Amino acid sequence: MADISIRKVAKSYGKTSVVEALDLDIHSGEFIVVLGPSGCGKSTLLRMIAGLEEISAGDIAIDGTIVNRLEPRERGCAMVFQNYALYPHMSVADNMGYALKVAGVAKAERLARIGRVAETLGLTALLDRRPAQLSGGQRQRVAMGRAMIREPKVFLFDEPLSNLDAKLRVQMRIEIRKLHNRLSATSIFVTHDQVEAMTLADRIVVMNAGKVEQIGTPLEIWHRPASRFVAGFVGMPPMNLLEATVETDTRVRLADGTPIDTPPLALRPGTPVVIGIRAEDVRVGAAVNDPGLVLAVDFVEQLGAAALVHGRFGGHDFVVTAPAALAEGAPEGLALGIDPPALHLFDAATGRRLATVNDAAALARPAVLAPTA
Amino acid sequence: MIERTPILNAVTHTVLFLGFLVAVLPFVVVAVAASHDLFHVNLVPMPLLPGGHFWENMTEAWTRADLGHKLLNSLIFAGGVAAGKVFVSAITAYAIVFFRFPGRQAIFWAIFVTLMLPLEVRIVPTYAVAANVLGPYQTILDVTGLTDLIAWISGIRLDLQFGLLNSYTGLILPLVATATGTFLYRQFFLTIPDELVEAAKMDGAGPIRFFVDILWPLSRNNVAALATIMFLWAWNQYLWPLLVTTDPTHATAVTELKQLIPNVGGVPEWNIAMAGTLIVMLPTLLVVVVMQRWFVRGLISTEK
Ligand SMILES: Nc1ncnc2c1ncn2[C@@H]1O[C@H](COP(=O)(O)OP(=O)(O)O)[C@@H](O)[C@H]1O
Ligand SMILES: [Mg+2]
Repeated sequence: MADISIRKVAKSYGKTSVVEALDLDIHSGEFIVVLGPSGCGKSTLLRMIAGLEEISAGDIAIDGTIVNRLEPRERGCAMVFQNYALYPHMSVADNMGYALKVAGVAKAERLARIGRVAETLGLTALLDRRPAQLSGGQRQRVAMGRAMIREPKVFLFDEPLSNLDAKLRVQMRIEIRKLHNRLSATSIFVTHDQVEAMTLADRIVVMNAGKVEQIGTPLEIWHRPASRFVAGFVGMPPMNLLEATVETDTRVRLADGTPIDTPPLALRPGTPVVIGIRAEDVRVGAAVNDPGLVLAVDFVEQLGAAALVHGRFGGHDFVVTAPAALAEGAPEGLALGIDPPALHLFDAATGRRLATVNDAAALARPAVLAPTA
Repeated sequence: MIERTPILNAVTHTVLFLGFLVAVLPFVVVAVAASHDLFHVNLVPMPLLPGGHFWENMTEAWTRADLGHKLLNSLIFAGGVAAGKVFVSAITAYAIVFFRFPGRQAIFWAIFVTLMLPLEVRIVPTYAVAANVLGPYQTILDVTGLTDLIAWISGIRLDLQFGLLNSYTGLILPLVATATGTFLYRQFFLTIPDELVEAAKMDGAGPIRFFVDILWPLSRNNVAALATIMFLWAWNQYLWPLLVTTDPTHATAVTELKQLIPNVGGVPEWNIAMAGTLIVMLPTLLVVVVMQRWFVRGLISTEK
């Protein structure tokens, strides 16, 4: 259990800045997921917390102690690596027990602790094997065991599931979350997979190009993406983002002239904005009463329960989720309905979210927006 | 890759077999010559079937050249050189690959350049240093006039002497540094994933523990390969042992073979000379046979 506080931490290699003045407060026992595209500096952030990478500026404190100058072993963190990084010449037991051996723990106690961790992870039968004789999922477990055995204050995971097949990934994801709940350590989990982030996190930190875009609970991130980047990154399929110009207080016009009603805006007419709407928030089919809005269908992805209909709308690529039956038979056009409350609005220049009554409405739903200090 | 190519297989096997014959023929000649008496070995052409004096010739060669003692010397010399090279090149490559320090690249290139300076090229200065390890310092003192100054002040004339001639140290030490070995290790160390190094750091292992617990066990194939090559290389050294060991108590088996070679005008006892050659070759053969498996693995080094 440990608080982690990150103050104006930056990292640069020579002139290239990889992480820029980053602030983050992590509460004891929290499960934080750092989410972002490849190359945005997630691993660098994690490795700075671990002590594997020097920080160029700022302070990192674990449990109130500034650890900037401490060696990794003095920080009380354990790490699970993307490629597991097991010692190829050691047995599973020795791999897990190595940290204890280095720390000078007596053999009897070491074996007892290896036994306990192996049992938790279902590795008891594999203790004498070498890493090369294990499957990917088993190696993953050994890597977890190696991290757990020291009973660290902080668990750091660097994309630990990305080398597993889809089924195993889901299974390990659940196990990691269960373990976290049981061990009550603080966990920081880095991934580029938004599903992992949504399912695992107490809070998600969305990063882009070395900066934090948004910090919030999975539902906050989902319902109130703080920027155009977050809106486009979180969600499968990604949120539809359309360029538009403000016309009146409650209406914008798309690039091709299509008018869209919006929640009340306090913007001057003529201001360029970006409107966003998720595929599943668009109403489709017969019940639609906005006769002007039609999706020119390109192709349909049948998912069984529903279908993703891809096409062009308002001069942009556009995706909607439609009932499977409606999408059948490859319709050429699909009538759309866009409810003003379902719209997200972003500043065209900065990409930041523009406050609307929509957000105020969201505030009324407590589950969606439990403000975090 | 599995392919069915019977004709190609036949051709490859023929070529291999011819190569084998070419390689093994000299050994056969040596062995046959070592089994004849003085008369038969000097017949022209020499009989190609073995005679009955093999054991007799072997014992004669063994006692005449004092091979028991000389083989032991060779073993100490070649073993020492191999062990020294394996260790020195491992820690050199460790420093170059895993640590960031100023001048790292410069040191690496300096080592690289010594590849072009084999022992034969630098044998005179190497001999001078071995004859008196402190010689270069004496020279510095002489040239700067410090010797005179000290003599004038204290009345004692400095004469630094520390010779390594006729000692195992003198035989071994100058041959221990090796660019080849450093390279072999460097290439291997570069294949070690960064994550493994970091995992060890997270587990609390410092640089020495990492080297001993992880790097060294992982490089055991390279150790075997390098040790084999270097042992054979040192065993077959002729020039350096000849120069450094003027006194036969430290001479190696290879240099002592010359005791068995008939002098001009002497009795042409080639049978004895060949018997001695066989004896001196035997240990290298054993090393190759025993180490071959490791040796090949260490050189291909794709195993993870
Ligand atoms: N040693 C280094 N020197 C220079 N640039 C680096 C170094 N390590 C990482 N980077 C750069 O830092 C950026 C962030 O890397 P990283 O944190 O690994 O990203 P990711 O979010 O994919 O984990 C990348 O653009 C990468 O090229
Ligand atoms: Mg990464």
